[in-house]
Amino acid sequence: MSETITYREAVRAAIREAMEHDERVFLMGEDVGKYGGSYAVSKGLLKQFGGERIIDTPLSESGFTGAGIGAALNGMRPIVEIMTVNFSLLALDQIVNTAATMLYMSGGQFNVPLVIRMATGGGNQLGSQHSHSLEGWYAHVPGLKILTPATVQDAYDMLHLALKDPDPVLIFEHALLYNSKGELDREIAPLEIGKASVRRPGKDISIITYGISLFKSLEAAEILSKEGIEAEVIDLRSLRPLDDATIMASVSKTHRVLIVDEGWKSGSISAEIMARINEQAFYELDAPMQRVCSAEVPFPYANHLEQAALPQVEKIVAAGHKLMEEL
Amino acid sequence: MQIDINQARSYYRQMLLIRRFEEKCMELYSHEFIRGFLHLYIGEEAIAVGVMDAAGAEDAVIATYREHGHALARGIPAKAIMAELLGKVEGCSRGRGGSMHFFDAKTRFYGGLAIVAGGLPLAVGMALADKRMKRDRVTVCFFGEGAVAEGEFHESLNLAALWELPILFVCENNRYAMGTALECSESEQNIAKKASAYNISASQVDGMDVFAVAASAKDAIAQIKKDGYPVFIECLTYRFRAHSMFDAELYRDKTEVEQWKQKDPLIVLKNKLETAAPGSQLGEDTLEKEVASVIEEAVAFAKNGTLEEIADLEKFVYSTEVRQ
Ligand SMILES: Cc1ncc(C[n+]2csc(CCOP(=O)(O)OP(=O)(O)O)c2C)c(N)n1
Ligand SMILES: [Mg+2]
Repeated sequence: MSETITYREAVRAAIREAMEHDERVFLMGEDVGKYGGSYAVSKGLLKQFGGERIIDTPLSESGFTGAGIGAALNGMRPIVEIMTVNFSLLALDQIVNTAATMLYMSGGQFNVPLVIRMATGGGNQLGSQHSHSLEGWYAHVPGLKILTPATVQDAYDMLHLALKDPDPVLIFEHALLYNSKGELDREIAPLEIGKASVRRPGKDISIITYGISLFKSLEAAEILSKEGIEAEVIDLRSLRPLDDATIMASVSKTHRVLIVDEGWKSGSISAEIMARINEQAFYELDAPMQRVCSAEVPFPYANHLEQAALPQVEKIVAAGHKLMEEL
Repeated sequence: MQIDINQARSYYRQMLLIRRFEEKCMELYSHEFIRGFLHLYIGEEAIAVGVMDAAGAEDAVIATYREHGHALARGIPAKAIMAELLGKVEGCSRGRGGSMHFFDAKTRFYGGLAIVAGGLPLAVGMALADKRMKRDRVTVCFFGEGAVAEGEFHESLNLAALWELPILFVCENNRYAMGTALECSESEQNIAKKASAYNISASQVDGMDVFAVAASAKDAIAQIKKDGYPVFIECLTYRFRAHSMFDAELYRDKTEVEQWKQKDPLIVLKNKLETAAPGSQLGEDTLEKEVASVIEEAVAFAKNGTLEEIADLEKFVYSTEVRQ
């Protein structure tokens, strides 16, 4: 039984159901209540659940994220919403120094079942302080789990998975996906955290991607297909843990790798994936691996410059051609 | 109170320029010439105009993402600002910044910063440098009342007072941070009191009255230049429009907005002038025409501007790329 809804509605539906079923769940963040959420995800929830469970916070990212950790330690299941990944940097200390470390440094005594959601990514002409894709950077940190839902189904499923998880889970929602529409089936069992999904099978190239870049990759795969190149498109879904098995199985089949990521290249998740393929499947490769990532700039306002900075379908197609040239 | 008619006219003209400029921005946004986030300053004009009148050319200014008015009042040409909004090379940040990131070295305008409270620590450092180099300068730092909840606000006030730095902190208290009313964000809503707690001389001023703002900013800057100590002004104001172009304004009452519109800084100025010097003429029609032509020229300039070469996308990531 499936329905067509927006990504935004899927996240909202998941939050609503979780709150209806579990008294311990509450949502906290800037403007999640009266304003309705900066991306309107939580619109209507204040009316249903009241101000004690839909908590509008002052501009205090470090404070309320830390408070989320404390509440999680003390038996609650908080969902902390941070408006965008750039503002999460004000809460970095709490996330990296506390949420990620509590279980380990307490010798296994104190786990932190906290969910932090935030918008990520560029493409809205928001300039150098609102457009970054830092999810791969968070994936550097042991103790955190990093989820990047691309589809409506995953937007819904991953919130439930994150709430069931005993450890801190960060969910990155690309800001340009909120209006996208897709199928949601509430009955099917969600694919667990840490599992990638093959969104399009193919035999010639493995395109490894996640988030909004999944759709650009699928579009590029269609174009390549018309030329007789069949790309397999893998949606990572989770950047930590990474699904090595699915990646290596695909590499062993296609022998050619293209990684598409809106993050920067240097010291990135795309670099990490390449390193793992090198370690685990080097002899399977028929050509040097390729990447399509964002230009290494803080992000411009002007539309033509921003579009030039971002991964695009044409760049993915071109990288596909390059991979096939190397025989 | 004595009011100089030329002074009054100058304030009125500057506030009117900001008002009409912002209205034009709204129009250009709806026609998709301007994109991204756009935060209008309508209703708050008296603060930027009053404070900039007090600041000298040698002083530095740091503002937020709601900085169109500050940039205009500081003297950045309307043309360069409009070109920036249209993403053109002729813009004050070469089209790299957009609405939230105006910069101008000539007028010592250091942003245009869009992380709430992010400008306060910068002000501390700028003032520290001036103090060390024994320069007779003040750093003027604007921020909204929403910034008061951030740790950076408190860290910066403490550092400024501890190190005795020449900073004028200007809190633009428009009662809302996006949809969050002051009552929902602060346990102590008198923000000047918080500054006092850091041993900083602080006061509240009517932010809808340009004369009051200018007078208190002039006193403050004179005091800072005399003893090198920071001063804090909390300007009580209100934004007449939505937070940004994406705001349905579900969080406030239309009657509240209407009440504040009675205190429109343009009206307040006219009333004050009439009381102080009955019958004196501002010449509003002439000023409207002047302002309209400045804006018209700015729009034409911006539309005729050039787009940066895509080949230059990676320029200015490091200083090696700065033209000598
Ligand atoms: C650290 C940080 N958190 C959140 C935001 C998103 N945001 C932008 S403006 C704003 C409200 C700020 O209110 P205030 O400081 O009162 O300034 P005003 O907009 O009223 O001028 C918020 C929450 C941000 N830019 N930076
Ligand atoms: Mg405010």
